Amino acid sequence: MAYSDKDISKDAVIVNELGLHARSAAKIAEIARHAKSNVWIIKGSEKVDAKSIIDMLTLGCTKGSNITIKIDYQPDIEVLDRIVRLVESGFGE
Amino acid sequence: MSDTQTREIILQGIGAAPGICVGKAYLVDKEGVNVVRRYAVPEDLLQNEKNRFRTAVKKAREELIKIISESSKEFQEHTNILETHLILLKDKMLYDKIIENIEQDKINAEWALKKVVSNLQSVFKNMSDPYFRERASDIVHVADRIMRNLTGAGTVDIKGITKRVILVAADLSPADTSQIQLENIMGFITDRGGITSHTGIIARTLEIPAVLGLEHSTHVIRNDDIIVVDGSSGEVIVHPSEETLVKFVKRRLKYEAFRAAILKGSHFPAKTIDGVTVSIMGNIELPEEVVSVRDNGGDGIGLYRTEFQYMSRLVFPNESELFDKYRDVIEVMSPKPVTIRTLDINGDKAISDSRHDDEENPALGLRGIRYCLKKPDIFKTQLRAILRAAAFGNVRVMFPMICCFGEILAAKQMFREAAGALEKEGARLNREIEIGIMIEVPSAVVIADLMAEEVDFFSIGTNDLIQYSLAIDRGNKYTSHLYHPLHPAIIRMLKQVSDVAKEKKIKLFMCGEMAGDPFNLPILLALGIDELSMNPQSIPVIKRMIRSLKAADTEMLLKEILKQKTSSDIMELLNNAYGDLVSEVMNGQMAVSSANQRAIQS
Repeated sequence: MAYSDKDISKDAVIVNELGLHARSAAKIAEIARHAKSNVWIIKGSEKVDAKSIIDMLTLGCTKGSNITIKIDYQPDIEVLDRIVRLVESGFGE
Repeated sequence: MSDTQTREIILQGIGAAPGICVGKAYLVDKEGVNVVRRYAVPEDLLQNEKNRFRTAVKKAREELIKIISESSKEFQEHTNILETHLILLKDKMLYDKIIENIEQDKINAEWALKKVVSNLQSVFKNMSDPYFRERASDIVHVADRIMRNLTGAGTVDIKGITKRVILVAADLSPADTSQIQLENIMGFITDRGGITSHTGIIARTLEIPAVLGLEHSTHVIRNDDIIVVDGSSGEVIVHPSEETLVKFVKRRLKYEAFRAAILKGSHFPAKTIDGVTVSIMGNIELPEEVVSVRDNGGDGIGLYRTEFQYMSRLVFPNESELFDKYRDVIEVMSPKPVTIRTLDINGDKAISDSRHDDEENPALGLRGIRYCLKKPDIFKTQLRAILRAAAFGNVRVMFPMICCFGEILAAKQMFREAAGALEKEGARLNREIEIGIMIEVPSAVVIADLMAEEVDFFSIGTNDLIQYSLAIDRGNKYTSHLYHPLHPAIIRMLKQVSDVAKEKKIKLFMCGEMAGDPFNLPILLALGIDELSMNPQSIPVIKRMIRSLKAADTEMLLKEILKQKTSSDIMELLNNAYGDLVSEVMNGQMAVSSANQRAIQS
């Protein structure tokens, strides 16, 4: 875990009407699944696992929420970028 | 858990539909999570336990994939939900957590599942946004599916019951009961619910014995246990002894003989000793029940609840489907009247299509006429079907949940528009039908004099009127004992409505549970109610009772009753004057909706 102490994260805003709901969380989880290490979604002081829909739902992100997407392992950077693009596109809804 | 318990167990619940049956239990384990027990799993079998869980998830996954592939494109929204469920099955917070729990706590998979799910539920229940709060139910659905596969119960499919059984459930929703092949059900037993719950009403109309509000029956009773259900006394006996069986078989024969005896006179009019005739009508929910009304000697249908065709389906019924059902009922009853109540969606009768409309308090929410006026398309479709069916017999239409004057005008306007459109299309219809409203909200009682100007009749829906006036949820077992039809406030409200109806010369009907209880009859007679509508099997008893009464006497009694301060004072007055007659009419049988008698006994 050579990169574990190196924080790699990006901020994003939830723009779609329904917020980070079950369908959109499922889309994030689908991308995060390909990461080799952990992918986190952070909102305020809460940090949840981006590979778990249930965990993401517990954040209760409504439209306009600011979130941070964070990875633990640098080679997962592509996963990070894809998630940010997905969130910013309003999950293609 | 294989100990075979054969000791006789007696459970006491609320007798919600009279009659006695003996048969095998069939558990509808909808809330399987609740009947799960915890047991320790030895170290060497933990791997086995985890595999058992994995297999259950795999089967659940296959089931979901099958359901999704069989769903048509029209139900895309529904399919989307199921696809989310599919992903949830393997969610770390659920799947991995459960495996972890089995391993760490050395417990059975069922208990681990239950534990993880209830933790998740509490997280979601505390969320402020209703959308996210509701997601707990998705997790529960997914968990239930895994649980059914774990316990080997298979998919509990009420539709698939093929042998004659007694249904045992924590609770039955209207959607559940609409799926049941009723000819296979000998009796109902539920842990929740009371006399006026949906299951109670269904059981009474179909004359299936039912004991509800048993609290723990689903914990005590197991599949295929032999049980006795006495829907008159509220007793349920699990593993009955020989003597008990003999006792109840005798009781059943006596009850059946009594039913046969009172049925004999039921086809004649109900006329008091001093010559006052009251029409005794039936309430129905399923078109098939019309036969029961006719066989029991009903003078018509006083309440045709139309929600059933809208339930447990994904799209609203179309005009021709509705028309066919209405026409069936109307033709069977013709020339006797059929009073059709327009759609009255409420708390426990949710259309699957409107599942997104989350309401904190559905009883005070968008139901009845409020819903219909907001959804003119759905309302007009129903009105068109009624107008067309009205050409085939004697029909009246009534609007539920009216609380404002404007609602009557708006509903009548839609009625006229529907009729006008049909005429333009050259359809066969009858628009000269009587239009009435349900009096079931206190505000409607207060301005009944204004409302009377716009309608041909009032029909008092006592169940809701009592619920709204006394602030009692009739399905809540903690408050159902406070549900008093004979509360002085209720009697005064009835008097007020009756005075208005007489003054404005419109007809007055009653179609709640209160109308079917012989104990209340003297009051209803004194109020001059023209028609009483009730569950079909109550008709013969009520007719018999009316023939033993003198309207003039009841009017004297009502004067006294209106002076009383409490419901028990009123019950005592009634009991002193008519208690003996009631028990004679009912042949010493505590049956039908005996909420009042129960209150006296306690």
